[in-house]
Amino acid sequence: MSPIPILRIGTTLLCSVHVELDDALAERLQEDVLGTIERTGATGLVVDISGLETVDSYVARILADTGRMARLMGADTVLAGMRPEVAATLVRMGFPLEGVRAALDLDHGLALLAHGRSGATEGRRPGRTAP
Amino acid sequence: MRPVEVGHRGGERAPRSTRLLGRHELPIACEADIVLVRRKARSLAQAYGFDAFATAAITTAASELARNCWVHGGGGAAVVEELYDGTRHGLAMEFRDTGPGIGDVEWALAGGHSTTRSLGLGLSGSRRLVDEFALETARGEGTTVRIVKWKRF
Repeated sequence: MSPIPILRIGTTLLCSVHVELDDALAERLQEDVLGTIERTGATGLVVDISGLETVDSYVARILADTGRMARLMGADTVLAGMRPEVAATLVRMGFPLEGVRAALDLDHGLALLAHGRSGATEGRRPGRTAP
Repeated sequence: MRPVEVGHRGGERAPRSTRLLGRHELPIACEADIVLVRRKARSLAQAYGFDAFATAAITTAASELARNCWVHGGGGAAVVEELYDGTRHGLAMEFRDTGPGIGDVEWALAGGHSTTRSLGLGLSGSRRLVDEFALETARGEGTTVRIVKWKRF
């Protein structure tokens, strides 16, 4: 049993990280997520990282890689709930965030996946309109 | 060891009157120690009232440098110091290993060159997160990185 539960809702996997990620646990999470995609045939994955106070370059890379790997297996991935200070730290460090789909929170992450399936353009936060 | 000063950010170096309020030495002898160093950095940053952004910067830099110490240097120690310069509190962290040293410091600091895992952002990234950054390295003798973050008002 994984220390980080992966829930299935229809064809979407939901993974909420509420424990501190060390290197080994991050690697384990990656393997578990990919294994669960294979078993369930999920086409979407939302990783909720609102519980993470620290995301260093190694963990960030594993999270970004997991998204790319999931996509190769046919599952769109959204990283949801990154805290402001974590986003600021990663950008200041020069972490390349290109190719990582992100959403403000879990709700928006799930909506973004649903949005993507209906063929809408990426990069807009669903449920909000420009002022 | 030949010192290689690679510059500071965020103003002048701490004056001589800087007082040492506390000192904590933590071993880096296994991968799990990276997390312990990170937690110590976080708890001290929070205790001194660093805001969430500065706390994340300190904690992340500690994590990067502790990992470097373990992965590249084969382990060593982290020394965390609580500083006060008369007006500001600061946290200094020094990471020492007795590993192979860094052959090309400028190359390593330029970032994006991973020699093992990660993105090779450990050194360059943590340098951008702190106010002071100094690196000493010598081939075959090891590497010491010292960073300082001062609390803003």
